[in-house]
Amino acid sequence: MSATTPVIELRNVDKSFGPIDVLHEISLKVRAGEVLCLLGDNGAGKSTLIKTLAGVHAPTRGEILVDGEPVTFSGPKDAQNRGIATVHQFGGTYPLMSVGRNFFMGEEPTIGFGPFKIFDRKTANKIAVEEVQKMGITRITDGDRLVGGLSGGERQSLAIARAVYFGARVLILDEPTAALGVKQAAHVLRIVNEAKRRGLAVIFITHQVMHAMTVGDHFAVLIRGAIAADFRKGEKTREEITDLMAGGETMADLEASIEGYMETHDGHAPQMNTAG
Amino acid sequence: MSTQTSSAEGGFSIGGLIRRPETGSLIGFIVVYVFFASLGGAVFLGAPGWSSWLNIAAEVGIIALPVGLLMISGEFDMSVGSVVPASSMMAAVLSGHYGLPAVVGIAGGLGVGLLVGFINGLIVTRTTIPSLIATIGMMFAVMGMTLGLAVMVKGSTSVSYVPDAVTKALLGTFINGMFNVSIFWWLGFVVVFFFFLHLSPLGSWVFALGGDRDSARNAGIPTDKLTIGLFMTSGFCAAFVGIAQVMTYQAAQVAGGQSFIFNSIMCVVIGGVLLTGGAGSVIGIVLGTMTFAVVNQGIFFAALDPNIGSIIIGALLLAAVLSNDTFRALAMTYATKKK
Repeated sequence: MSATTPVIELRNVDKSFGPIDVLHEISLKVRAGEVLCLLGDNGAGKSTLIKTLAGVHAPTRGEILVDGEPVTFSGPKDAQNRGIATVHQFGGTYPLMSVGRNFFMGEEPTIGFGPFKIFDRKTANKIAVEEVQKMGITRITDGDRLVGGLSGGERQSLAIARAVYFGARVLILDEPTAALGVKQAAHVLRIVNEAKRRGLAVIFITHQVMHAMTVGDHFAVLIRGAIAADFRKGEKTREEITDLMAGGETMADLEASIEGYMETHDGHAPQMNTAG
Repeated sequence: MSTQTSSAEGGFSIGGLIRRPETGSLIGFIVVYVFFASLGGAVFLGAPGWSSWLNIAAEVGIIALPVGLLMISGEFDMSVGSVVPASSMMAAVLSGHYGLPAVVGIAGGLGVGLLVGFINGLIVTRTTIPSLIATIGMMFAVMGMTLGLAVMVKGSTSVSYVPDAVTKALLGTFINGMFNVSIFWWLGFVVVFFFFLHLSPLGSWVFALGGDRDSARNAGIPTDKLTIGLFMTSGFCAAFVGIAQVMTYQAAQVAGGQSFIFNSIMCVVIGGVLLTGGAGSVIGIVLGTMTFAVVNQGIFFAALDPNIGSIIIGALLLAAVLSNDTFRALAMTYATKKK
């Protein structure tokens, strides 16, 4: 396995549900220590693509390669065992459970033997707090604290730290910054960079171009289930990417019209009557 | 870093106690007990009082435990109300009418509960029918089948069965003529459920199911199997109560058991389990059950109008939900820095 073998690669993957083609001829690859940003508007097929990568859906046609070897995932657990971890928009965390229990969900450390294995709360809390702090979240110091009391960014970070700890080599982040404020989002982006620094392959799904450009090495724009553009960092400007995501037409016009309006109205944006 | 996990280790703190999810239920129990003790007097405080409410608590408590676990996992089970008579009827028909050994009757009765739970679980996991509706449907179906079985076999709605001495002693006797042996079974169930939910690693999975089912599935938890298992546990426990009833009263009735549906849910909610799932505790459920039983029986000792008892239980339910929300909010906002 050479250094240039992608950790995960899709080759001409199609996915259809009955007669509906959701994904069409998707080919992409991510190498270790690289961030691939998947950009796409709502309904572009991002979720289906994530689920295919995470082993929830099997591709209808085409193949998935892990370390250059074709694989078929029998389910999400199988994908996880191969080091593919998905962190969803709301972090996959449980608000009314402690940090320690959240961190070890599904992989609980135990003490004792046979049917009398009990959840090792002390160890779980200790490791969870250490790992989260290593990721730069120093505000979490008590593993017994309920996750519901953490901020959105901290919950995301907890989920990412968890995935890294359990040996993820591919980290799929599904809109991790969508519901976050500016500061929180910056926090999550820092953690994405930290994951990249540790040599993980990151697939970062977003429709916020600014966030993508901050961390991405490689970009793919998804439109109606197909990859409409595939380029590397620095090859396109923010405006070009936004245009691509919107289907290539309207966004520049819209922005131009807004800017024109702002010039003539003391810098105020136009008032929209429709709910945004 | 060095101070991590410190707050929870050892030492008694008022703050820590207040943030325990069971605190609200404990206060509720104490208030209710003191109230009825002051009205009921020495009789209520003595063995007759304790035995009367413990007997009630044991019966409903054995069912409230799995119903509570299901609620924590985000599901309801209404079918317990017809599994109780169905299992006692099955045991009475097998052992009473056909004269088979008690073990066969017990196994048959428990089998009914497990089967009903299994079907409930299948319906809930394989279809999009909410468990509330699925198990109500199941409740009526089982009720009809129980009646059908009794009429077909015996031609009446009641089947009698006189258990042998050992079976009777184990499942349906009154210790000192007052304390039903079910109380000890209940304690046994409490220990098992406590271990399962709070100590074993599987307990986290139950909370995760109710907290966020999709995330739980993504974390690799076998959500369907776990849900089916919980429904089967609930069927099993309801069937156990049905069998204990037939051993105690030496007859199985087609009707009866409906009261368990609401009573078990009430015990669970008074005990602090979140109706929408994701939070709750076994200790809370036990306290809720005890509170319910004390009100239920305290009425007679206090010589109050039984209607007042219903009013108290209703008010208690509302107060419990309100106070539980408050305690939960306290637990959420708690930050370690404030030490």
